Amino acid sequence: MNAERSTINWNELLAGLSLGLVFGLALQKSGLTDHDVILRTLLLQDLTAAKVLLTTVVVGAVGVYALRSLGLVQLHIREASFGSNVIGGLIFGVGMALLGYLPGTVVGAVGEGRLDALVGGILGMLAGSFLFAQAYPSLQRVLSIGNLGDKTFWQVLRVNPWVVVVVVCGAVIALLVWLESVGL
Amino acid sequence: MRYVYLLLVVVVGVGLASWLSPARWSPYVAGAVIGVLSCLALLISDKPLGTSTTHVRLSGFIARLFSPKAVDENAYYQETGIKVEWQMMLVLGIFFAALISALLSGSFELRWLPDGWRAAFGTMPLARVLIAFLGGLLVAFGARWADGCSSGHGISGTVQMSVAGWVATICFFVGGVVTALVLYGPGGMPQ
Repeated sequence: MNAERSTINWNELLAGLSLGLVFGLALQKSGLTDHDVILRTLLLQDLTAAKVLLTTVVVGAVGVYALRSLGLVQLHIREASFGSNVIGGLIFGVGMALLGYLPGTVVGAVGEGRLDALVGGILGMLAGSFLFAQAYPSLQRVLSIGNLGDKTFWQVLRVNPWVVVVVVCGAVIALLVWLESVGL
Repeated sequence: MRYVYLLLVVVVGVGLASWLSPARWSPYVAGAVIGVLSCLALLISDKPLGTSTTHVRLSGFIARLFSPKAVDENAYYQETGIKVEWQMMLVLGIFFAALISALLSGSFELRWLPDGWRAAFGTMPLARVLIAFLGGLLVAFGARWADGCSSGHGISGTVQMSVAGWVATICFFVGGVVTALVLYGPGGMPQ
């Protein structure tokens, strides 16, 4: 216990809290903590949530790769595998439509006073996390189906990272401009 | 000098109020803020934004009260590490920010039913809570199966141009769109 205590890094915790405050503010003010905003995006009735995410991709990608070019940050890429990302992603998607909140926004929704997020969502997430931990040893084989390793697109395509950043961000900006022009 | 400080306080105060009091920001402003945040998380803390592992740690803390063996001898809990750390504080920050933001814009309200849900499925809180529980269970199970959620893959993975991030995020939307259409029908959510 003492060994665990001594590893607490207060600066790290304070940085996490500060970043979380800004994160929560942006999530709440964008409407992403609202069940109806998430569902209307999934029903393709109002694409607010998609617009937030697509803007994040453009700003974040340019920023992260600029900082990386300056040698200020390192990337943290997770392993890509069909069995993990595709199957798990689809299960997550089904849950997202039923819940109407995401693992981060559900906590924000509780802060806004949404009792379905607290009593239904958070309890469900705790149960789901516990169940996954218990199932984990027997899921190993499925999780590693089609494992590509911790790859980025520019590593797979063997091109300069900026080629991928510029092409993807250009396509996303074009998509956003088009969505606004047709009034979606 | 005193007036300079006073002016500064007024400017900061008005600035904060004009950011905090509106109920909504443009999706482009909010998206840009989160994009900058994904950079700052790497720059300041050398960590990508993520949230769903915190639910695993919280479930570990709670399960330990009932059955220490189910946590301490479990491979997944051992790999994850059941402790208070950076990401848990990030999630705590989301809670407080949403609380303050909702209070300042007057949208804080204790309620069981989202408006769109009520219009489509009626006023029984129990039905909503049961579906939200099932949804939460699948969201957490799916996030850990996919090795990330809408933050870890959806934000951090996509901005880093990670294959896992983009594949998982597209699958989140595919699963979500199909399920939402089945739930609400082709007419969508009543306005």
